[in-house]
This record gives sequence, C-alpha cells and structure tokens, in this order.
Amino acid sequence: MSAPILEVDNLHVRFPISGGGILGTGKRTLYAVTGVSFSLAKGECLSIVGESGCGKSTTALSIMGLQEPSEGTIRFKGKPIAGPGAPSRMARAKVAQMVFQDPYASLNPRQTVNASLAQPLRLHGITGSEAADRIAKMLRSVGLTPEQGTRYPHEFSGGQRQRIGIARALILEPEIVVLDEPVSALDVSIRAQIINLLLDLQDDFGLSYIMISHDLSVVEHMSDRVLVMFFSQIVEQGGWKEIFENPQHPYTRRLIDAIPDPDVALGHGGVATGVTQPAAPAGWRFGSDGSTAPNVFSPPEPSELVDVGPEHKVRLLRA
Amino acid sequence: MTDPLLEVKDLHVGLPAGGGRMYPILQGVSFKIMPGEAFGLVGESGSGKSVTSLATMGLLKRPLRATGGEILFRGRDLLKLSRREMRKLRGDRVAMIFQEPMTALNPLVTVGRQIAEMFYLHQGKSWAEGEKLAVEALANVRVPNPDRRAKNYPHQMSGGLRQRVMIAMAMACDPDLLIADEPTTALDVTVQAEVLRLIKELCTERGTAVLFISHDLGVIASTCQRVGVMYAGTLVEENWTEALFADPRHEYTRGLLGALPRLGSRSSHGRQRLVDIDSIIDDRSKLTQTRFISPREEGAPA
Repeated sequence: MSAPILEVDNLHVRFPISGGGILGTGKRTLYAVTGVSFSLAKGECLSIVGESGCGKSTTALSIMGLQEPSEGTIRFKGKPIAGPGAPSRMARAKVAQMVFQDPYASLNPRQTVNASLAQPLRLHGITGSEAADRIAKMLRSVGLTPEQGTRYPHEFSGGQRQRIGIARALILEPEIVVLDEPVSALDVSIRAQIINLLLDLQDDFGLSYIMISHDLSVVEHMSDRVLVMFFSQIVEQGGWKEIFENPQHPYTRRLIDAIPDPDVALGHGGVATGVTQPAAPAGWRFGSDGSTAPNVFSPPEPSELVDVGPEHKVRLLRA
Repeated sequence: MTDPLLEVKDLHVGLPAGGGRMYPILQGVSFKIMPGEAFGLVGESGSGKSVTSLATMGLLKRPLRATGGEILFRGRDLLKLSRREMRKLRGDRVAMIFQEPMTALNPLVTVGRQIAEMFYLHQGKSWAEGEKLAVEALANVRVPNPDRRAKNYPHQMSGGLRQRVMIAMAMACDPDLLIADEPTTALDVTVQAEVLRLIKELCTERGTAVLFISHDLGVIASTCQRVGVMYAGTLVEENWTEALFADPRHEYTRGLLGALPRLGSRSSHGRQRLVDIDSIIDDRSKLTQTRFISPREEGAPA
C-alpha cells in the first residue's frame, strides 16, 4: 500500500473534570484517549469500534480538529494538522469532512439543500454556474436529482437526508471522510442502500474512510482494517479478516460474540459457532461483567501493543 | 392442542382523516401466541409493529383507534374491557418493557419503591413487604448488590441496569405475557446481549410468553421461536424462525434478509453487494396483497 495520508501518533486527550463544591476542590482528570496511534492509507476504510465512552468519537473529533489533543501529533501527508503550526480551518476543510449519525440534526432546517451545499463552496471561492454544476453533479452521485436541491431537509426521508449529509461532506472534495455511525439511525433496507452508496463513492472518488461504529456486521462488511478501543486505548488492531476470524483480545471476542446475527443465532453458517478460540493472551485484565472495568479517572496501567501476526496487534500488560 | 394465550384476530387500527374517513394504520393483523412462546414482530419504521403492541396493551392514544377485529387474551376480548379492567390486567397479567427505560421510570422515586408499587397495586402487599420483594426482584434480574441498588434513583444507574429494573418491574407479578418493544435498541452490543439473555432465561424459567418487537432481525432470530414480518400495517409473512430465515417466501422478507450484512459472509464469499430492496421489488404498493402465513402444524418448533 502507498504512503499513509494520515498518521496519528501517540494521541492523548484528557478532560479536566471539576470536583464540585464551593472551592471546586478535588479536580479530576478524565482519560478519554490514551496513546492512540494509527495510520490511514489512501482509499482505505479504517473502522474504530468499541462501546459508548471508549473514546472512539473523541479520536475522530481530534482528527477533524474539533478537539485539541492533550498530547501527540496528527499528520496529514506528513504535515501536522493539530497543535502549533496547524493549518487554518479553511485549509483543513479540504482534508477531512464528517458524516454524522443523525443527518436531520446536522442540516439547517431553514436552508434548501442547494443553499447548504453552496455555502462551503462560496467560502472557498466557488460561486455562480461553477458552483451550481458541482452541486448538481454531487447530488447525482449520491443518488438524488438536481431538482431535489430546491427542497428543504424536512421534505426528505431519513435515507435521503443521509444522502444529503454525504453530499455535504463530499462537496469540497476532502481526502478523508469521517463516518460517525453513518447508518445506525437507518432502517435495514435503507441501511443497505447507504452502505452500497458509501462503498461506490469510495471507489469513484478514491476516498479514505474512518468509520466509527458499534455495529460489527457493518464494520466487517465495509472495513479494510479495524481498531478495537476499550476504555481510551486500542486493545486490538488488524485487518478485518484477522479481527473477525482470529480475534485475540478477550474484549474483541466479547464484542463479536455479542452481535445478534441470524446465522449464528440459528446455528448455521457464521464464524463464531463451533470454532474453538485460542486461549486469552496472558496479561489481559478486563473483567467480563464490566464491574472490574478500569477507572476512567486514573491513567491506564502500563501496557503495550504486541505483534501477534502480520499487521495484527493486541494489547498486553507490560510485564 | 392448547388454547392460545393471545390471539389477535383481524385487527384494524385507523387514524381519522376527517369527513368520517379513516387512514388505515393496521390492516387486518392476525397472529397467535401460545403460552410460554416467544413471538417476534419485525419490520421497519412505520410498519405498525409498535401500534400492534400498544393496541394489545390497551394503550392506543387518540386519535388512533381500533376499528375492527379482536384481541383475545385467554379468551377475553381486550378491546371490550373497560379502562379499569384493563388497568388491572396491565402490569399484572400483561407487562411491557420499552426501548428507553429512562422515560418509563419515575426520576423522583427510588427504583426499589417503583418495583414495590407493583406488589402494592396488584398483590395487595404493604409497602414494607413490597420493598423487601423489590430487592428480591432485583436479585432475580442479576443486579449486583440488590439491597443497595434498590435505594438508587434511575439517574444513578447505567442504561443496562435501568433496563434490568424495567424487567424486574415487568416480571414482578409473574405475568403470562411480556411485551418487549425494542428493549435493547438503545444499549451497547455487549449489554444488549446480556439483557436479551436475561429476558430469555427469565421467561423460559417462569413460562412467560413474549411478544418481542424489533427492527433487528438478528435480535428476533436469537430470541423468538416464531416470527411475523410486518410491512405497511400488514403481517406479510409468518413462520417458525428457522424456516423464515432459511426460506423466506415473501419478496419483502427476501429483500430485508438480503439487505442485512451477515457476519462471516465476507470471509466465505467475499464482499457481496447488499440487496437494494427497491431493485427487487417492482411495486411496493402490491407488497401487502400477498401474505405468507405458515400454519403452525407445518413443522413444529425446533
């Protein structure tokens, strides 16, 4: 694969939490993201999976420049895009754009689709017929008609709104698209259409995706590589095949076992049934009932990602 | 053959459209649930699955109105019961758990007291006895430290724990029928798996029948013996779960199953394009004209 277009190196995000009381004593620090490193190649779909509060969205927000990292660097094509020396918001708008879970909440109800697509173009100096052409072309590539551009968000169905959300993310031709639970709010049949659309657009425009999701069947379908996050850290990373066929970390296995999949539930096909999993690697410490889950207010115990296969790493406690 | 516990017969629900006309919301839904059986209703938003469950609980809100049919619970037509009789039945013989436990729990009352209310209202226990039973009920839904948790308010609990409290309340009076309307949709996957296992175990243990409503085919497959697929207010296909997933007969069901990314299918068959339901169905308006309801005799449950 070609040189990575995005490199995240040792990213830390910590939030100060006030302890309450009159004097605000007892300030604590919440460790949201701890030592996350990964790279993204051009045309690749990298998924970050994990449960609520594991830090996957905070990681995405840091890449978008919406959350200043406490530590660590994020480089786009070798140039830092966070911290001192970061490019302006205008410049980074062409680096990465985001597609949100709830498209209705992220569209201005008082703006027609054309207007909300024209605004970013205008800010970047594209107006008039050139802008109109680009909008019409974009609407067509997400499966809408240019005539629908004169309508308001409430006139569209959920799936169509997500198409508008995708059009808006792509209108400035960014190289990276961060998909934050792009299909979680959609019905099964609509979800399939949006997944197909995202995969088509990835091929057509050579896009790189970072997908945040908790739906592992969608992740398996779409991803090239997968990062599994648990309480602010990456606990396992690897190609989709390694993660789904040979999950090493107990937490990854738990996530995969928890997917309600009809084939697995009914006991035919599927991967999880009948295959004896290898024993847990020594040193893991995450309890299965969640009661022994690490405290988010203390830094995680020292541990490291250990190679268990080509491009497949799992986190172990440091001996 | 035993009598069904719940029999919904040709249920029609409508929305007044002015001028005496009615918009049809449910168009002749019929199904049976046997005692101790888990029956799933699956469908997309707006298919009428929640309206069916609300009608069964007698909770249809105006302007929605049942315009025809019967809902027989142990032979009694629930649509003909007075509100008072319905209220006695609800929570006692028929209980319900909802998608969002936070909106169904009272934020100002401890969960122990909210569970105790069930015993107080339906079994004539005193509050003190009720609160003791509430701790037991919490223990039954595998809440760790039940005596301490009973003193918690809902906001002090996680989503999974709150849903367990809802289940404890629903199961408090040993109902004959539990209606679970998207009980795990708001939860994380691992918590969802635990809550589903809990519902399954409790209901099998006590012989409670379940009407399970979900948009998630996987959830239905892992919990129910029999499934009904709803589309546009109509039950378009009904069969034993195994048979439905192995051999879907209605084109809508086929589309729905094909639209689902299946775990493990990419490694065995490579990435296949998901079925676009609109590309295999020429005319959505004709979907409700065919119905595939497999008789119960045909292939007993596994």
